[in-house]
Parts: sequence; C-alpha cells; structure tokens
Amino acid sequence: MSKIEYDGPILEIDNLSISFFTRLREIPAVMDFSVTVQPGEAVGLVGESGCGKSTVALGVMQDLGVNGRIVGGSIKFKGRDLNTMDADELRAIRGNEIAMIYQEPMASLNPAMKIGKQLMEVPMIHEGISEEDAYKRALEVVEDVKLPDPERILKSYPHQLSGGQQQRIVIAMALMSKPALLILDEPTTALDVTVEAAVVELVKDLGKKYGTSMLFISHNLGLVLETCDRICVMYSGEAVETGSIEDVFDKMQHPYTQALFRSIPLPGADKNARPLIAIPGNFPLPHERPQGCNFGPRCDYFQDGLCNAGDIPMHAIEGDDRHNTRCLRFADIDWNAPIVTDKVFEKTEPGRVVLKMDNLKKYYEVAANALFGGSGATKVVKANETLSFEARESETLAIVGESGCGKSTFAKVLMGLETATEGAILLDGKNIESTAIENRDTQTVADVQMVFQNPFDTLNPSMTVGRQIIRALEIFKYGNSYAEREARMLELLDLVKLPRAFAERMPRQLSGGQKQRVGIARAFAGGARIVVADEPVSALDVSVQAAVTDLLMEIQRKEKTTLLFISHDLSIVRYLSDRVMVMYLGHVVELGTTDQVFAPPYHPYTEALLSAVPIADTSIEKEHIVLEGDIPSAMNPPTGCPFQTRCRWKSKVAGGLCDRDVPPVRVLADGHQIKCHLPDDELANMRPVIKVAAE
Amino acid sequence: MGLFILKRFGVMVMTALCLTFIVFFLTNLYPNLEKLAKSEGNFRMSDEEVASYLGNNGYLRPLPVKYGEWLGVWPGYVITGSDGKTRARCATIDIPVDQAPTFCGVLQGDWGFSNVFKDEVSSIVGTRLGLTGKLMFWVMVLMIPSALIVGVLAGMKEGSKLDRSLSSFAITTTATPEYVSGVILITVFASSAFGLKWFKGTATQAADAATFENFFLPVLTIALYGMGYIARMTRASMAEVMTAQYIRTARLKGVSFRNVVMKHALRNALIAPFTVIMLQFPWLLNGVVIVETLFNYKGVGWTLVAAAGNNDIELLLGISVVSVMVVLITQLISDIGYVYLNPRISVN
Amino acid sequence: MEFLSWIEITLRVLTQFAPVWVALIVTFIVSIKYKRKLGLYGKLFDSSIGMIGFAIVMFWVFTGTFAGLFDMIMTHDPLSQVSGMKNKVPGIPLRGAEDGDYAYYLLGGDNLARDVFSRMVAGSTIVIVIAPLATMFAFMVGITLGLPAGYFGGRLDIGLSFLANLILAFPVILLFYLLVTPEIRMTGLPQYMAVVLFSFPLIFSTVLINSRFYIVPQQRNLFLAVTLVILGMLYISLINEEGSKITLFNAIDMFDVDAGLLTVFVSVVFVNSPTVFRIVRGLAMDIKTRDYVAAAQTRGEGPWYIMLWEILPNARGPLIVDFCLRIGYTTILLGTLGFFGLGLAPEDPNWGATINEGRKLLSIYPHPALVPSIALLSLVLGLNLLADGLREESLKD
Repeated sequence: MSKIEYDGPILEIDNLSISFFTRLREIPAVMDFSVTVQPGEAVGLVGESGCGKSTVALGVMQDLGVNGRIVGGSIKFKGRDLNTMDADELRAIRGNEIAMIYQEPMASLNPAMKIGKQLMEVPMIHEGISEEDAYKRALEVVEDVKLPDPERILKSYPHQLSGGQQQRIVIAMALMSKPALLILDEPTTALDVTVEAAVVELVKDLGKKYGTSMLFISHNLGLVLETCDRICVMYSGEAVETGSIEDVFDKMQHPYTQALFRSIPLPGADKNARPLIAIPGNFPLPHERPQGCNFGPRCDYFQDGLCNAGDIPMHAIEGDDRHNTRCLRFADIDWNAPIVTDKVFEKTEPGRVVLKMDNLKKYYEVAANALFGGSGATKVVKANETLSFEARESETLAIVGESGCGKSTFAKVLMGLETATEGAILLDGKNIESTAIENRDTQTVADVQMVFQNPFDTLNPSMTVGRQIIRALEIFKYGNSYAEREARMLELLDLVKLPRAFAERMPRQLSGGQKQRVGIARAFAGGARIVVADEPVSALDVSVQAAVTDLLMEIQRKEKTTLLFISHDLSIVRYLSDRVMVMYLGHVVELGTTDQVFAPPYHPYTEALLSAVPIADTSIEKEHIVLEGDIPSAMNPPTGCPFQTRCRWKSKVAGGLCDRDVPPVRVLADGHQIKCHLPDDELANMRPVIKVAAE
Repeated sequence: MGLFILKRFGVMVMTALCLTFIVFFLTNLYPNLEKLAKSEGNFRMSDEEVASYLGNNGYLRPLPVKYGEWLGVWPGYVITGSDGKTRARCATIDIPVDQAPTFCGVLQGDWGFSNVFKDEVSSIVGTRLGLTGKLMFWVMVLMIPSALIVGVLAGMKEGSKLDRSLSSFAITTTATPEYVSGVILITVFASSAFGLKWFKGTATQAADAATFENFFLPVLTIALYGMGYIARMTRASMAEVMTAQYIRTARLKGVSFRNVVMKHALRNALIAPFTVIMLQFPWLLNGVVIVETLFNYKGVGWTLVAAAGNNDIELLLGISVVSVMVVLITQLISDIGYVYLNPRISVN
Repeated sequence: MEFLSWIEITLRVLTQFAPVWVALIVTFIVSIKYKRKLGLYGKLFDSSIGMIGFAIVMFWVFTGTFAGLFDMIMTHDPLSQVSGMKNKVPGIPLRGAEDGDYAYYLLGGDNLARDVFSRMVAGSTIVIVIAPLATMFAFMVGITLGLPAGYFGGRLDIGLSFLANLILAFPVILLFYLLVTPEIRMTGLPQYMAVVLFSFPLIFSTVLINSRFYIVPQQRNLFLAVTLVILGMLYISLINEEGSKITLFNAIDMFDVDAGLLTVFVSVVFVNSPTVFRIVRGLAMDIKTRDYVAAAQTRGEGPWYIMLWEILPNARGPLIVDFCLRIGYTTILLGTLGFFGLGLAPEDPNWGATINEGRKLLSIYPHPALVPSIALLSLVLGLNLLADGLREESLKD
C-alpha cells in the first residue's frame, strides 16, 4: 500500500469533542479542541492527569473503546477526515501512516512473540513485502535505535530486554513503516532519568532523520521544551493555550499556564526566599466542571459575571505565531507583574546531629535462580555499600539515585524492617542498626517514620481516614482515652490543612494530594523527629506537588524535623534540600551541601544526572551528556568503580584503575566528598552543566 | 530443566507416599478390620475371635510396619498364629510359606488380592484402568476443543451478544454436577418419558464395544461439567488479554482483528487454561466415579464404589494409588507445560 | 378424582410457594429502594445477572426457611408413604385422601410412595443450612492458615502449601468413601477432626480482637470474654456428644448434632479448606506489597494486626465472590455424598439421596430423580450468577 502524497498540514484537529458514556451519564473528556501539526513539526500536549491529553491521542487513532465516542468536530489526517473512515481504511493508516508509542514499554510488547516477528509484522501488513525484506528492514531500524547486537535482539522475547531497550524497540516498531505522524504518549515516564534522556535524544534525532511529525504527550514541561516546536496546554478537557514554545514559555497568556510555571521548581526557586506557589483548590472532576471557565474557581484573576458567564472561545494573540488563549481577560492582565508572595522564611539553621550512619552495609543473599531456587548457588546482592553520613535537626537531606541504587533498602534498614549486615546506625547516639522494628521501643518507632511514594497505595482503602490516624496514635501510646486521641487526630488534620470532616471519609473519596497529606499526618502522629519521605510527590501532578512539598517544609520548620528526602528529581531536590547524597548501585558517590553538589566539580554520575533532568526554562543552557547503556543490575555489578561502564571520564584515569578498584572516598571541600578516581586537575577543569544564559 | 523436573518428581513421590499412608491408615482402622474379619470369617464372630483372626493374619502389628510391608520395603510377616498354623504375607496357594519371598508389596508388583472380585488387585486395576482411560480419552476429545472454542469466542469481544449467550451456557454447565446432568440427559434422550430414545441409558456394553449410542451420554455428562469451568477460565483469560496494552499496540499497528486474535492474543490467553485443564483431573475423577456408577460402566470409578462398599481393603488401596498417581502426574505435566508455554519463565 | 393437567400442576405449585413470592417481593422492593446505601449488596441490584442469581438463591433460602421452621409449602409429610402412590406420575390425586390432606401428589410419588414435591421442598432446608455454614467454617480455616502462609512465606508457607496440595490431590469421592463410613465414625475420627476444624473460628476471633485492642486491655478483655463465652459454648456443644468418644463438659452441652450430619459437615469443610487457603494465600502475597502494609510495619504493628486488619479487609472482594461460588460447590458436594448414600440416613429427603433413589428406575419413571435434580441445578446456578454479578459490580469504580 502506497502512502498518500499531501503537502498541507499532516494533522488538523478542529473543535474536537470526545465523551465517554456510562450507564448514568455522559462524561465529556475533551471539549472544543483544536490543534494543527505541520509536516516535520513536533507539537507537545501538556497537562495534568485527567485533562484529556491521552484521549486526544486515542481519538486520533480512532480507538476509544466501547464507551468512548467522538461527539463533535473533525480530525483530518493529510486532508482526509479520520472520523468518517471505515475499518479497512483506518487499518491501512494505523501503523503505516500514524504510529503510536506508549508509556509502559513492557506492556506494549507481546510477551509471547519474538521481537523480530513483532517488528517485521508492520511492513508485511502494510507494504506486503517478503519476510526477508522485512527482516532486513527490522535489522536496519534496530540499528537506528542504537541497540547493540541487533540480530540477537530480534531473536529474543521482550522480557529478556531491559526497560530502556524495550522502549527503543517500541520506537523501532513505530518507525518500521516510516510513518508521517508519530504519537508519543508519556513515552519516558516509566524510565529512569538517565535512560529517559537517551531515549528523548533518540526520538529527536530519528524524527529529524525520518522527517516525521510528532504529537508529544507529556506532563513534563521540561521534556516538551527539549523535544517540541510548539506546545498546547490542556486543562480539564480543553486546550487553554497553544503557541510556539518560545511564546508560551516566555510570553504566556493564560493564568493556568502561568500558575503551572510558578508551581514547578525551576533553578532559582528557593524554599525560603522564593517559595513555589501552589495552585489553590482541586482539579474539577469531569461531571463537576464549573460554568464558564474551567479554571475559574482556582484563578487569581477570576471576575464574577464574566468568567463564569458562558463558554469561552479561543482568542488569537495579535503578533504572535498562531498563539491562542482561552482567557477572556488576557488583555487586562499584567503578565509581567512580579510574583507577590507573603511567604518568605528565615533560613533555619540545622541543629545537633540526631542520626548518624557509620559504614552501614546491607547485603542480601538471593537464590541464583529465582524460580526454581531453593537449593543451589546463592548470590550476594550488595544493596548498600559503606554508607556514612550524619543528619541534623531541622535539616533536609536529599538522597538521590535511580532504580537499583539502594535508597529503598537504606530506608528499610533505618526503619528496622531489615537489619544491617555491618556498620552502625546511631539515633541520638544509640545503636539501632540491628534492632528490628518489633524490638524497638515505642518512642524510637514513633521518632522515625516514613511517607510513602504512591498516594493510591499509602492508605488502607477499607478504613476511614480518622480511624487510620487514631490507630497510629494508639500504637504510639498517645493519650489515655479515645476522646484525647480523637482530638489529637483532628489537630493533625488541621496540621496538614485538611478539613476536619475528612476524618469520616474513606480514602477512595480523596484525591491523590489529599491522600498524601493524610499519609503525612499519620507519619507525624507520634511526633516523628526523623521522617523518611520516599518520593512523596513524584506520583502527584505538578500543581499538587508544590502544595505537598510546601506542607512538608512548613511542618519541618514547626517541628524541627529531620527530613530524609528520597527522590530522583533533581529540580525538587535543589529546591528544598540542604544537603544532597547521590547514590549509584549501593554506593554513595557524592555527598555535600546542595550548592556543592550542584556546582562543579561533580562526580561524573552527578554530572550526567544533572544534564539528564529536563528543565522547563528557555533561558537555561544545558550541556548534553547522554549515558550509554542501562544501569547494571545490582545482582551483577561491574568490577571496580560501579559507574565505570557508563562513565565518560573513564579514559582520563590512568592505568585502568576504574576497572579494578572501587574508588576511595575523597574529601574535596568541607563536607563535600566524592567517590572517584579522577585526578584533581581533571576535577578542577569540569564545567558547569547548567548555565543561565545571559539575558 | 532436568533439575526442575527432578525436584518436582521428588515432591510428587513425597506426596504419593503421604497420601497412600493416609489411605492405608484410614482403611486399617480397627472397625474396618473388624468388618473385614467378619466378612472373611462369619458375621457372628465374637470379639475374641475377631482379634485372633486379625492377629493370625498380621493385621494387629504397628501401622508403619504394615505400611512398609504393603509398600514392599519391609519383610513380609511370617506368623505362627494362635491356631498353630504358620502364615506368611508373601505366601499364596501356589507358594508355600517356606518358599515365600521376603518382600512382597507394591514395589514388587504385588498389589494384593481382592476379596470381592476374587482376583489379583493389579489385574483388576489394570483392566479397569483401561476402560476408564477409554472414557477419559473421549471426554478430553470432546471437552477440551469445545471448551477452548467457547471460551475464546466469548472472551474475544467481552460484553457482546455472543459473549453473553456463550457465558450463560458455560455458567449453566458448571452449575450442573454430573449426577444432575446425567439424570437430565437420560430422561431427555434415553427414557420413555420423552420418547426420544436416541441413546442408551446404560453404558455397560460400551466396555466391550463402545458405540456412539451407548457411549455418548456418559462422555457428554463428564465433559459438560468440566467444559463450563475451562470455558469460563479461557474466557476470563482471553478477555484480560484483549484489554492488554500489547493488543492495542497490535491493533494500532494495523493488524486485522482476526490476526489480533489468532497471532497475538491466543497464545497468551491459553497459558492460564492449560494449567486449569491439568488441575481439573481430581475433579474429572469425581465425575468418572459418578458417571460410571450412573451408567453402570465398569471402570475404575465403578470398582472404587464396589470396593469401598464391600470393605475390600487391598483393592481400595490399589485404586487409591492409581488415582493419586494420575492426579500427581497430570500436575507434573501441567508444571512443565506451563514453563514451555510461557516464555517469560526462563528455566536457566 | 381427575388427574391434574400440566397447567393445573404448574398453577398449584406456584400457589404453594405463595409465602416465598411474598418474601421475595418484599426483599426486592426494600433492597432496590435503599440500594445506594447498602454498599456492595446494593450495587448488586444494578446488575441484571446478579439480580437473577440473587432471586434464585433467595427463593431457595425462603423455601428452606419456611419449610424448615413453619412446615409451610410442603403438601405432605416428606417421609410418610401412602399405599398405591408408588412411582405415580405428577398430578395424581391422593388415594384415600382424608379431610385436611392435600388432595394431590403434585409432582407424583417416588418408589416408596412418598410425595416428590414435599421431599424436594424439605430437601432445601438441609442445603441452605449446611452449605453456607460449612463454607463459612472452610473460610475460617482457610483464612487463619492462608494469611500467615502468604504473609510470612518461607518454611511455614512451604509446609502449609504441601499439606493443602496433599488434600487437593485426593479425589474427593475417595476421601468421602474413606471418611464418611459408619466404621470410621466408630473410631471417633470425625469428632477429632471436628475438634480441630471447629476451633478455627475461636482462634480467629481471639486473634482478631487481641491484635486490634491489645493496646487498650480493658476493652480487649471485655470483647474477648463475650466472644469466647458464646463461641466456646457453641464449640463444646458441637463437638460433644453423649455416648461418643468425646463426652467432656457434658454439663454445658446445649444441643446434639446427628453423628452422620457432623461427619458430613466435617468432611465437606475439610475438602473445601485447602482451596480457600490457596486463594487467601495468593491474595495475602499480593496485598502485603502495598504501601499501607509497609506503613503499618513501620509504625510497629504486629503481624496479626497487619494480616487481619490491613490485608484481610482489602481482600474481601474476591473472597465474597468465591464464598458464593463455594456455597454452590458445597451444595454439589453434599449432593454427591447423598448420591453415594454416604453420611445421612437413607430416608432423609436431601436432594442427592433422592436423585440416587430415583435413578434406579430412571428410564421408566424419571420424575422422582428429575425434580430434585432441577432444584439442585437451579440453586447452584443461582449462586454462580450471584457470584458473577458480585464480581462484575465489585470491579466497577
């Protein structure tokens, strides 16, 4: 089947409306949505979860399932309306002209079919080419996505590849028929930051090479900045602002876009001097959308009688390139007004040392063969290798690393869910490393508490919010009567800024951010002094992230808590932590104050990590460092320096030292230490990764 | 792989030993032995006579010893009884006591003697097993393909009319145990009440000459009950696979619906039902006992009822060993097959 | 008197069930009216399959209750034989009917000249009492052992799973033939098994209460005392029987259970428990990886609190569905026992035994076997549909 020649826009979506139908009601998911993708152009679709961005993608693919239906508007691909095509015409376009890449690479590949077959299928269906030709094409494309040993890869099953490799295969599959349009739905969300950076780089290069237009769906503004030419911001089923990247990032014309940018931690934000501004209120549920402007109830510029009067159309901004906003007051608003905030805090000084780790080691013994294990050889997994650090009162210590770096193991050992293999953990000078949680006294347990990552998993779904907090109070032996504990529970709800009526609610009636607040209240029930926050905001939407982060900071100031903040997101780490510890494969590779870690000299891994994190600021210039390959498995770590397999500085170390020896801890400055073989002069010559361009 | 099979095999042997021991224990409880003594001797035996009979025949020794003898790992008894006669476990009419071998148990191929059928247990079990095997073979031939087809068709488009009707069929057959479906089928197709008389209501002749007329109803009766369960499993598995992301990937690659089902969904959807089919065996054996009794087909199930009803201990033990082994072997096959079907589980 | 036509038979049977219809209609009106406030039970009334299943199940529950408690619905005594009514076809007038007697055998007579209709109705009582109760005990056993096996894993899991697989590898009928015989009953084995199996509800509730309230001892002691006294009395009454192997505490033995019935009950519980065990174990292994379990661990909760208060409530969806299915399966098992004449007295009107008696003359007189067959089929089908409806509704939102 040949492809249609057409030189107009690749994709034109006009006034598209999509609804889902349940037994009870019609739920509009996308309303009055328009966007155009020109040949070779990359358009980013940005918004928080539930804003309808993925529904647009599925609408383009005409794959909305049994309940979804397009109720208005048109989707034209190369001038032909997809809405009116029959199944055969659609099939000829899917995979051939429009290809799609999803979030979960593992789930998008058929687990019981060899990679090669899955790839070859595409051109064989659409172009009717022979198996040999298809195989040759598959080999080429697999090489294009920079996978090592393509022939072996084609012969393997998906589960035999790592997450990053799987995503490359999904990309290869999308490119097999050289489509005109590529739709990417959060393609890197499931990947680690350094792997994400490499995949993004690849997508960009291949887009250019194949001349493919792209529709890039993401919640991450930074990622869109790096990959796209144009952007479309969505809120609650509507596009609120569209335009070129420069226009929208630097001359935004919609209050939601502005609020979004103010709630994400960009370089320069500071928890004391320039705190983030969270968007007040909650995202409206589809059937509870307000009259008029959907963002109205949360908007600072809301004007009664105007904004809630009727439907609001898109307005074009004069003088800009196809820049539109869905705001009635965009002309009245002074977009350059300085941010007004009454919340400027004194920097709190860290107090005495409350927690001290000394040469902590945690090794696991696992069966070499997981499925049929039992007898036979066992392997030692070194989850934590010689961890040493101190944490002070009122201090935030960030622990940064990607999957397999040992940060969760460390949290488990600290909490007492596991006991240490070697070394010491001193809490107020008392050894607790080998006391399992059931042997710790109530005070110790109450002192060290944890906030969990996944808000949908952190609360017991079949117990009321109040009951769960009261249970924590009971366990921590707070108060002598139920009434006392209940009163304290209500105070805790006040502390995390939730209405007291929430005590009676079940977790499923709460939003993600609210659940996370309950989780925080529960952690502080026993007056915790050390709180381990395991990626507490990474599963939340950006606007909610700011509010929850803010809350944690506020409680910390009040309670003088030591916060151990585990995260892979360097932007937020830079924003809120006092000191940073970078971990890789169980080793602490760098430790220092935030300023020390974020400025050269870096550990090579820190450098790559910094470069990999997308930043949503057009004035930032970043050096591009793309790491080769994947993170090695902790089961099978490399010899010598754990990072040597991916290090770009390795050649600067003489004598193959990196292959042989684990580097010693070197103190570079007061409180700044790294684990690296690089000679001093090389370290001194390192240049900063992130630069603010001169304005 | 070899190690895996070996390990599973070890567990299987352990299970078999435990189960046969339990059966041995239950059949050798004193009231059972007492009944045995009375049916061998006469029903007016006094308690003392019973005790001496049992003592003379080696029944009153410790259970593990008796079990070891039966298994063939402990020397068979030689007892000079209270009546002065010497009896040996391994002696028969042809082999006198002094020439009897030391060991005679299951391992030596000596399964004992059936009091009811007056024959060697091994030969009874052998023939009966053949008959039941014939029944089971046809049950499988009928049940598995139809169950899989029903399940795949229903699960392919969840919620469609086809799904609704096939699921109703499947749910009805799972709700119908063999003794109910057998009764209904016989009433409808074999009784004078409806007058159809297409099939025979008994399968006794099928043992020698199975025909469609005398064999279809028993086969159908067993197959129906199992079919519903496997079909529902397949449907659930198929429906789950059809919502998987990789099916959407395939669809959006432009693969036709037919090929989505055949090439992408089927293999993944059949992994779960495969294990279910194999684990169905203990259930199917139930059905076999019921149907063989209902249709008077003299296979293992029918023999089990006869042996249990007449306190034929040796025969009961023999049948237990066989049925337990059948169950365990199918479980082993199911484990190994699962590994082969599912590429995600690598053996190395 | 004339024979009744099929239309008349149908009308009369329907009339006979009048109290059941009234009860069903009331149940449905009340439930549908308040369905939004009734949780999962209320949501059942959103699914047509679930409603049909529920209606069938409740039909038999009401029939069994009215027949068992008030002697309603039945037209004749299920055990009495009337001469001349042997193997007679449905709708036959009663020979020598006196005043006050129902004038017909609506669904005919069986091979001992008893009323088939009344025996079918009487048979429902046993099923609706024994099947749910036995299933409940099986769940108690399965939950109490399955939770720790799944939660702790390791050797405990290996050991318990081996035991469960051992029982599962037994063909059920063989087990029944070994367990449910008069000889075995003489050894007291079923009673010893009852001692073990029936102790699980006691253990379960003790641990349940203690794990949650140990922090507040007064409250715990009160709850424990009340539960243990009530359950303890029931327990002792259940396992105790004069003239059997267990005759301790005869003083507080409140009631006796027929030895045959007890044996049947014990074996059904015994056969069902391993499957429940496997389900609970699987659910526990899944749920224990959730963050709220980790949260409970990090605040120092004991393992039993986590298992019973954090894991179990969140496993309830699949367990409720399986509970319905398992009642159906237990009904089938009870029928199987009856079919082989095991356990209960031969004249007992339970469905399995009635089918067994009727099957001997099946090709000439099918009705005595057909009527209980259809009754059993409809009840099990109802339970299956109910389970399907529940599963469908519990998966939504």
